[in-house]
Amino acid sequence: MAYRKTVASLVAAAALLGTSNVSFAATEISWWHGMGGRNQEVINEISEKFNASQDACHLTPLSKGTYEEALNSGIAAFRAGEQPNILQVFDAGAATIINAKGAVVPAEDLIKDAGHEFSRDAFIDGVRYFYADKDGKFIGMPFNSSAPIMYINDEALKKAGVEAPKTWEEFETIAPKLKEAGFIPLVQSQLTWEFTENFFSRHNLQFATNNNGYDGVKDTKILVNTPEHKMMYSKLKEWYDNGFFGYYGAGWSDNQKPFEENKVAFWIGSSGSFGGLQKSAQMPFSATFLPYWSSVEGAGTNSFIGGAALFAFAKKPKEENDCTASFFQFLTSAEIQYFWHKSTGYVPITKAAYEMAQEQGYYKETPQAEVGIQQLMLKGGEWSKGYRMGFYPQIREIMEREYNKIFANETSVDDAMKTIEEEGNKLLERFAKTAG
Amino acid sequence: MKRVQFTNASLPYLLLLPQLAIIVIFFYWPSAQAIQSSFYLEDPFGFGSTFVGMENYTDVLGSNEYASIARFTIAFTLLVTFLSLSIALLLAVKADAVLKGSSTYKTLLMWVYAVAPPVAGLMGVMFFDMHIGPFLKVAAFFGWDFKIGLNYFDTAFAMVVIAVWKQIPYNFIFFLSGLQAIPKSVREASMIDCRSGFRRFWSIILPLLAPTAFFLLIINMTYSLFDTFGIVDVVVKDKAANNPITLVYKVYMDGFRGGDLGGSSAQSVILMLVVFVLTIFQFRFIERRVHYG
Repeated sequence: MAYRKTVASLVAAAALLGTSNVSFAATEISWWHGMGGRNQEVINEISEKFNASQDACHLTPLSKGTYEEALNSGIAAFRAGEQPNILQVFDAGAATIINAKGAVVPAEDLIKDAGHEFSRDAFIDGVRYFYADKDGKFIGMPFNSSAPIMYINDEALKKAGVEAPKTWEEFETIAPKLKEAGFIPLVQSQLTWEFTENFFSRHNLQFATNNNGYDGVKDTKILVNTPEHKMMYSKLKEWYDNGFFGYYGAGWSDNQKPFEENKVAFWIGSSGSFGGLQKSAQMPFSATFLPYWSSVEGAGTNSFIGGAALFAFAKKPKEENDCTASFFQFLTSAEIQYFWHKSTGYVPITKAAYEMAQEQGYYKETPQAEVGIQQLMLKGGEWSKGYRMGFYPQIREIMEREYNKIFANETSVDDAMKTIEEEGNKLLERFAKTAG
Repeated sequence: MKRVQFTNASLPYLLLLPQLAIIVIFFYWPSAQAIQSSFYLEDPFGFGSTFVGMENYTDVLGSNEYASIARFTIAFTLLVTFLSLSIALLLAVKADAVLKGSSTYKTLLMWVYAVAPPVAGLMGVMFFDMHIGPFLKVAAFFGWDFKIGLNYFDTAFAMVVIAVWKQIPYNFIFFLSGLQAIPKSVREASMIDCRSGFRRFWSIILPLLAPTAFFLLIINMTYSLFDTFGIVDVVVKDKAANNPITLVYKVYMDGFRGGDLGGSSAQSVILMLVVFVLTIFQFRFIERRVHYG
């Protein structure tokens, strides 16, 4: 009897403690992301700033490894009912989470429900559509946005006596001179993102049927097996054979390294690479837009945003969602965007933040930091808003496999594109069945 | 002999319960789940799943890509098992014969075992790195333009070397203790009967080592099939591309990275069957020839 009483009073005490916690302490919200190194530190700093700025909410960020790992931890947690409030999802995974109806609360609804103002016009054009539905409603909140840009080895150009090219045609004319001067003219770090996805955006070419996949998952087909896209890869292979293009496999840093070591004239990397490159490059460097083929009509449009967005998971209590909304508001404020932009190299996503960076003279000191956002703000085209394909991370893996085979002389460009088209469409069909 | 030793009939079951519970929770239950989801096509978030019958299996088995990964896995498993066993045996026999400073030899050969697999993989990757790897210089000296991560054969070569290197010390330890367990009287008797060292080894030592070798054969096959995951992962650096990968890595890529639960479950069921068949084969045909002393 006495034992029972003790238990009962303990339970009562715990219940009391529990209620008092709710009434006095801040609402806890969690944020899972896929960033490491310096970027992770900056995320922690931003979270601390948010926690210090108000008392109602307390945010805890947690790195889950890479982008792919973060997405899949989030999915597994959602299935177990233990999802975090906020999940960072990368560009290629956008279709997976946006097509899962009921998994997320659209960022726009979340912010409006919490009683905040929301204006799509406050965001720069280039980031507005990628994580939105076909009517332009924000599903994810763009966060770390980047663009594939071309980094230039100033020393190499001086030695060869040439100017940085705007188009691939210009590149072809100067490549032999750079080679003669002892440099590999061109390297890149991610063919799928820089020479496939953004080949379509920079040339304003359709990447997938169904309005680039935005109109639905059924019968969406990938359009990689097209003359322009094949031409790009035939040229890359030709340059590779002539020593104008260096290729070191599908890994990002294996390809970046020779540029850092002053062996390469141009490197296609991410605008987000800027911070790291400032420390690692052994020579002065500048940056410019990702080149395009002037022979393709209507080319020169803006690129897709790379990077990732933040998604608010569904099935969370209202007070937590309100906290997530106030964090999104905090994150998109000009000061925080400018801080993020400066600390990491990712582009500011609001017009106000971009103006603030201009006013404070940031681009006068470091003009390279402005290239990414300028490229995203170039004139947009019908096909440069975004693409949405299910199982896209796997389609990227097929591309990586076939592209490597091209440079290892194991396949031809024609066969590679045919394989990507066939296997890619098969995956899209599978995805349509799962989402249907 | 009295057969029933427990007075209470349920007591033995009770004592078995913890072990059984662990096996059920961590093996049978997930296996049953994998078999079930291999017949479904499911969206990653688990909102809806459609029964598709054998479609996941026909998709996997009909794919050229899967066939080539399976071929590589077989070749890889045979090579790694054969090389790590034979090199370890050679080293063990030689170390066993050393009289002076034998503990130094043994320690030198064993320490690699203390290296954690991802660290071993990382060291191997540095050794073969395309920018700083010392092996590339050696290869270049012989006119071999070694391209890890790009050339299929070169990457496979690096994987096999790293996997074998990592496994040799383990096999070495077992072979050495197996050799030391062979009675001295047997060795001395064989010395009198036969002068050829190789024949003595072949007809006396090796049969006596057979139980150890059989155990190691199974362990090494499982190692090459499954435990090399970490090595494959560090060598391909997260980007499999056209590089050789093993079947387990493919399960991981499709299921954990691609979010295709049905397809990846079907693959893991196929792997389960392979292991099942392999185990039966090993115990029925190979173990019969093993003589336990």
